[in-house]
Formats: sequence, C-alpha cells, structure tokens
Amino acid sequence: MIATRRAADTAIILIIMLLAWQALHQLVGATALPGPVPTLAYLARFVPSERFAENAWATLVCFFYALLLSYGIGLAIGVWMGIHRLSGAVGEPILISLYTLPKVTLYPVVLLIFGLSLSGRVTFGAMHGVLPVALLTMSAIRNIPPVYLKSARTLHLSGWQTILTMLFPAALPEIVGGLRIGFTLTLLGVLLAEMFAAKQGLGSLIINAMQLMQAEEMLTVAVVLFAFAALANALLLWIEHRLHRRV
Amino acid sequence: MSRVGWIRLAVLAIAIGLLELCCRLGLIDQRVVIPPSEMAVALVRLLISGEANEQIVRTFGIVLLAALISVVAGFALGAVIHALPRVRQSLDPFFATYYAVPIFIFYPVMIVIFGLSAIPIVLMGVATAIVAMIIATLNGLDRVPQVLAKVARVHRMGAIATALRLKLPAAAPHLFTGVKLAVSYAFIGVIASEFILAPAGLGRVISDAYTDFNNRQMYALMLLLIIVATIVNMFLHVVDQRWAERRGIAKP
Repeated sequence: MIATRRAADTAIILIIMLLAWQALHQLVGATALPGPVPTLAYLARFVPSERFAENAWATLVCFFYALLLSYGIGLAIGVWMGIHRLSGAVGEPILISLYTLPKVTLYPVVLLIFGLSLSGRVTFGAMHGVLPVALLTMSAIRNIPPVYLKSARTLHLSGWQTILTMLFPAALPEIVGGLRIGFTLTLLGVLLAEMFAAKQGLGSLIINAMQLMQAEEMLTVAVVLFAFAALANALLLWIEHRLHRRV
Repeated sequence: MSRVGWIRLAVLAIAIGLLELCCRLGLIDQRVVIPPSEMAVALVRLLISGEANEQIVRTFGIVLLAALISVVAGFALGAVIHALPRVRQSLDPFFATYYAVPIFIFYPVMIVIFGLSAIPIVLMGVATAIVAMIIATLNGLDRVPQVLAKVARVHRMGAIATALRLKLPAAAPHLFTGVKLAVSYAFIGVIASEFILAPAGLGRVISDAYTDFNNRQMYALMLLLIIVATIVNMFLHVVDQRWAERRGIAKP
C-alpha cells in the first residue's frame, strides 16, 4: 500500500519534471533546450555508441577509485575520532570547516601536484567524499549507548572484538547514511574535476557538447547521470531504512 | 580558551608550520605549492594594490544575492508546501534525491539558455542552496507547537499574519539552520560555477592564474576564499549553536 503510493508519488514528480522541461523548451526555443522527446530519442541512439561507453567507463573507473579512497580513509578517521574522545573533540570543528569549504578552490593545487591525470581526478573526488563519511561515522560511534560499551567490558572483549562485534553493528545504520552522502559527494567531485579539466569522462563530454552547441548530447549525458545518481541514492536509502528498522 | 581549543590551535599551527618548512627546504617544489607565509604576503599585496577588488566584490555579491534569494524564496516555498500535506508527501522522494544528483551537470544547460553572464551563476547558487532552506523550513514548521495554531484561531488571525507573527518566530531557531546551510551551499554553488566557466569572478581569476602559472596570485586568492568561507561558516555555526542552546537541543 505504502509502496504503491510512494511509486505513484515518484511517477508524479517525474511527469511534472518532464512537463516543466517541455514548457521551458517551448519558452527558450529548440536550439538552446531541446524538448524531452528529441533528447530521449538521442539518448536511445547515443547510449549504445562506442563514444559514450568509453567516456562512461572512464568516469566509472575514476569514481570507483575515488569512492574506495573516500570510504577507506573516511571510515578510518571516523572510527578513530569516535573512539578516541580527545582527537574527536579537537578534530571535529576542523573537519566541519573543511566540509563547508568550497573545495573546487583547491582543484588547481591538486592539478599542480598530480597533473592532468587519473590520480588527480581520483584525489579530488575523494576530497569531497572523505569528510561526510568521517563526520557521520564519528557521530554514529559517539551515539552508541554507553551500556553497550560496559557490556563489552564485562565480557572482556579485546579491542578488535569490541569494534567488530559491538561498535560496528550498533553504528551501522548511521554509518551507511554517511556512506550514502559520501557516494553522492564523491560523484560530484569526480564530475567537477572532469568538467574543469579532462580529456575524457562524462563531465568533459558535457562541457565539449556545450562548446559545440550540441544541446541534445549535453542533456542526454545530464539525464543519464541524473538517473544513475537518483537510483544509487534510492538503493542506499532503502538499505539505510532496512538497517534502521532491524535493531 | 579550553584545553581542547589550545590543542586544536597547536595542531593547525604545526600543520601550517610543516608545510612552510617543507616548502622552504625544497621538499615540496615551489612551482607546486608556495610557502604559506608567501601566500599571506601575496594576498596582502593584492588587496593593497586593489587589482582584484572588482572580482572580489562581484563574487561575494553574487553569493550574497543567491543566498538571499534562496532564504526568502526557500522559506516562502517551504511554508506553502507545509500547508499542503498531500503535495509535501509526493515531494518527499524529490527532496530525498535532490542533493544526491550532481546538479552542476545542468550548469552548461543554463549557460546555453541564459548566455555567459552572471544569471546562470546566480541560478546555480540558488539551485544548490534553496532546497536546504525548504527542508529546514518544513522541519521548523513541523516543530511549531499545535497550541500556537489554536491561539491564532482564537485571535482570528489570517493565514499570512499567522505565518509571519506566530509561525516564523516559533520556527526561527530551526530556520537558522537552513540559513546557515543556504549560505555555505550558495558559496559552493557560485564558486564552482565560476571555476567551470564564467565571464569574470574570483573562481575565473583563480583558474586563469592556474593556466598562466601565476602561482602567487592563485594562492593569494585561494587563501582569501578559504579565509572568508571559514570565517562566515564559523560565525554562522556559532550563532546556530546559540539558537540550539535556546531551544534546548544543544550538544553538550
């Protein structure tokens, strides 16, 4: 019942968005903004093509490495700062101000260090993702009821045992929330890096299409990325809700 | 200052000192990163010479404008959506997904529609910031006590009067969280757009300086942006904490 209503709501939003797109298209003209129908027709032709596959693969590889780094480093920092109170108290405001910083500003530094390479884009993507993962993991561990820690001590669990059998399962739902935001921001970082300076990848494809005034291709790539991000987010959100209900 | 505060200051000082040392000793190539002290000197010179003033005013003006539009329009939209529960329910999946989509992919679309001017940049700033304000408004209005609505009815207040004179003050502490997010998101939206493509502005000047290997100017302006963003965010964070204490949900 609830599921069907949710599906209906999502469908309504999609329809409204398509109508708004069509209306905007009527307003500004076909050269600036092609309507949904021609764009989707172009999408059907463009997505199976070699050029799309190459660029999508480049973005995917870059995103995968960046995500690995974001999650690895973010979880490590988060767990450490969650367990060790003093480092948490010292580090949290620093992480928060880094989080709110527009990190694009630092992209030229990354470029100067790594050059126009995959490692540069991966680093930039990871820079976006690490902070939310670390901050939310930290707060997840801090929010664990103290009685759990006491029972771990009564059971004489070792440090690693405490982390694996107690801390991690108890903090998991919130940690997954952090991983979801980390996923989103890492993707944003990778795409920004590609839009600013890259020879391949979906971000650079959009910029190229804009410069060549190929509005259809530009919108097609945007629609594909939109769908990918929305679906991935829905999946992670679903896992998060399941974990919250588990307890 | 507390002990934790001193340790934090020491950690930051050591980090900056290490960077300075590594640059001075040549462990880090000066063509890649210049020592922090030189960044500061370059920034002071740049500010005194006034070369970049126009760009600075332009960028911060756009950020301010985008934040203002987001806060005002976001509050208005939030209030309307809150009044219509069915609409709100169907918008829920949209809000849950909004920040998951990298909206910068639509910046080129905006440029094609509006041309290479300040308009697409303002719009990107608003696009990144407004939804945070709408969500904060909805959360805030949810927490307005029911009894206030009854008070309004007893006094026969109209919808607008109720919104402005009762709901707004009651929800204010929660709304401020929205304002805080809107400002920092507007910052990110505007600067990122200027980096990707813009006729002028700080982001554009920094990316030009990067292409010209003009490291001094690049690092000076980066430092400026980082300092301004940090000060603004810290200020908003402190005010937000104050409000939070008042509404009794402060972190210890």
